[in-house]
Amino acid sequence: MPRPGFVLEVDRSTPPVLMWHGEGYRLERLPADRSRVVYAPEPLAPLADPDEAIRRALLEPLGDSAPLPELLFAGMRLTIAFDDLSLPLPPMRRPDNRQRVIEAVLDLAAAAGVDDVVLIAALGLHRRMTDAELRHALGDRIFDAFSPSGRLRQHDAEGPEGLTYIGKTDHGEDVEVSRRVAESDLLVYVNINLVAMDGGHKSTSTGLMSYKSVRHHHNVRTLQHSRSLMDRPHSELHSSAWRIGRLLGQHVKVFQIETTLNNDAFPSNMAFLQKREWEWGVRDRASYLASSQGLSLLSPTARRNIFHSIKAPHQMTSVQAGEVEAVHTRTIANLHRQQVVDVEGQSDVVVFGLPHVGPYNVNSIMNPLLVMCMSLGYWFNMYIGKPLIRPGGVIIVSHPTPWAFHPVHHPSYIDFFEEVLSATTDPLEIEKTYEERFATDDWYRHLYRTSYAYHGVHPLYMWYWGAHALEYAGATIIVGGNRRAVRRMGFRPASTLADALEMAEDHVGRDPSVTYFHCPPVMLANVH
Amino acid sequence: MFTERLTRLKRLPFPLGTPDWPGQVPRPPERGDLGVNYGTDWARRYPVRLARAAYTEAVTRPLVAAVAKPAVEGLDRFENVEGPVIFAANHSSHLDTPVITSVLPDRWRHKLVTLAAADYFFDTKLKAVYFSFALNAIPIERLKVSRRASDKAEELLAEGWNLLIFPEGGRSPDGWGQRHNAGAAWLSVRSGRPLVPLHVQGTGRLWPRGARRIYTGHTAVTFGRPVWPDAPRQQVAARLETAIAELADETSTDWWSARRRAAAGSTPSLLGPTAASWRRSWALGPSPKDRARRRSPAGEKVWPPKP
Repeated sequence: MPRPGFVLEVDRSTPPVLMWHGEGYRLERLPADRSRVVYAPEPLAPLADPDEAIRRALLEPLGDSAPLPELLFAGMRLTIAFDDLSLPLPPMRRPDNRQRVIEAVLDLAAAAGVDDVVLIAALGLHRRMTDAELRHALGDRIFDAFSPSGRLRQHDAEGPEGLTYIGKTDHGEDVEVSRRVAESDLLVYVNINLVAMDGGHKSTSTGLMSYKSVRHHHNVRTLQHSRSLMDRPHSELHSSAWRIGRLLGQHVKVFQIETTLNNDAFPSNMAFLQKREWEWGVRDRASYLASSQGLSLLSPTARRNIFHSIKAPHQMTSVQAGEVEAVHTRTIANLHRQQVVDVEGQSDVVVFGLPHVGPYNVNSIMNPLLVMCMSLGYWFNMYIGKPLIRPGGVIIVSHPTPWAFHPVHHPSYIDFFEEVLSATTDPLEIEKTYEERFATDDWYRHLYRTSYAYHGVHPLYMWYWGAHALEYAGATIIVGGNRRAVRRMGFRPASTLADALEMAEDHVGRDPSVTYFHCPPVMLANVH
Repeated sequence: MFTERLTRLKRLPFPLGTPDWPGQVPRPPERGDLGVNYGTDWARRYPVRLARAAYTEAVTRPLVAAVAKPAVEGLDRFENVEGPVIFAANHSSHLDTPVITSVLPDRWRHKLVTLAAADYFFDTKLKAVYFSFALNAIPIERLKVSRRASDKAEELLAEGWNLLIFPEGGRSPDGWGQRHNAGAAWLSVRSGRPLVPLHVQGTGRLWPRGARRIYTGHTAVTFGRPVWPDAPRQQVAARLETAIAELADETSTDWWSARRRAAAGSTPSLLGPTAASWRRSWALGPSPKDRARRRSPAGEKVWPPKP
């Protein structure tokens, strides 16, 4: 029986706790008698027979939807869209959930005699996936059957010939979707729900639409009013995505398939990364010492290559299919079963240790903007109810924050960091002055469409992602980061965690209460 | 040799050694016969007592005299107490126990049982045997005294053994004192035996927590008047804490000044200033390591420089 998450009050007998620091980790001691550590629940038992569970889900759909076989008929246009490489994290071992689900859908389509089938990676404004990444996500059978004939595609949010304008929602939001999707008799969307933000109408209204639509929910106003991003009923971003998704649903029949994973994020030789420190055995301590010492001898590139080769032993804990909203409600309940940890009250300071990978740097570099997005955008928003810190509290982040960018994946990030952040860090100002220029720049557009680059506007979205935290928190301190890079973002650099905690006292007073969010594995704090 | 021996026995820090177990988290059942389950009765049999007495006289006391040069005050304050007592001391170093043992008069020295943290001193067979022998230690839990440990302690008091207990529950992490656990007062109230407060000064500077070597220098041990358990436990605990703070004041100033401050209720707290960690460590003055490096007179602050 996996143990639920829990909150450890730090006393003098508490051993140092593991804290991620980019492509590495450290053991850090927290101040006794005023700190607490939030530990994630242990991984839930996976589905005993995931393939059978998928088959049952397709035959017994939720909500107002017929079973999938009844929706398939010869001569129809079937489009299967799936989440891109930003999910799950770290990438999971084969077979990926997407492979299992899409193979089951294709089996039914083949049985129904459907010829016109196209698979679309729902990238939204993310970078295109490489063949190797597609092969990993979909498996060899699907890749080899669909890729050579051009029936395995990647969404292109910029090509006017590939988009269809559907109309406006009652809030005036434009809905412009992939032409193939708009012209399909059925869209089957295959999702992996790693965090509560994913899934539901957000899948289609972000992954398969153009900048013209995405900008309605990815902006400073919605993000400042998403309390939190992981709590859909209180997220302005999701409200907008839901309106757009519902309008799409009036034009295209959508059959949503969502899966959840357990939080078994690291292979057995790195099991110490998700164990509670006082339970570390000889093997865990030896692995920690050997890996941390070994990593310290390597170059950053070598370390990155090692970490990005990690494939998580995630396993499927649930699968649900049918009408989008009914499916998503059940998915979130299953996700909460794995991820929610009850936390009593807020603290003055919260500490995050950022790992090597986030949604936007799979097989890439976590540049300073992604550090900001991961900490202030994602980790900060991992709450239901109230944030882990009080208003005006301090966020401490542990990450090397190198002044380094992947020139292929993140070209517009470089210009944003050099040019925009040196002028202002105010999200509203950035949105007003720079968004249009970055979003419509021909060179970025060209790289997004033909190379493996994130869309020109993506670095601005990274900044917006942290807009709520920027407004809410009193200060952000980055431990062990490149000082120039940290200062460029308007944050304060610190050499050690102890220094950072001392610096935090300038903002929140002496002997502040501290919460260390021991993540990953991913969890969601339900703050009372 | 003593230093080397103790250094070798010192538990390796996590992650080289085993991690501490947080007090809040219930432990899985103790494995086998170590930890709190370790039986120490053998260490109080007559031949072992004889061997320990010889070891204390021939090894511990000369070494303590050479390393810590303890000055002792206040033995007269409790010499009239009949029967066993519970010595309660501040705790900043592993040197505390040998220093206290070596300055106690014979009557108590060879009839003393030390209550030692089960998770530290009794986690391996070798350590359990050594500390049972050398310190006549019995294992207790760090944060709360279990029924088993308290029954054992009471039984030993009834048999006429004196106890040595560190109510802070562990060595000071930064050189300043820590809040007391209620165990000592609780034991005193249950057994009806008095607490003898005592303050050890200087050991924390010679061998602080986490240090890899021991410095030589001077220490001072000051005993106070017995605190009798004639009040509820909380009051006894508070009186003990105050008594130790007053002894500390007496050691660092003089008896009369300390008494006046005690009467005025302005005895300085052993917990140190409520300030940022660097100021707490600053207020302690330079460590022996700094002093050795700078060759300034012992205990004197090097900054700010004298005008």
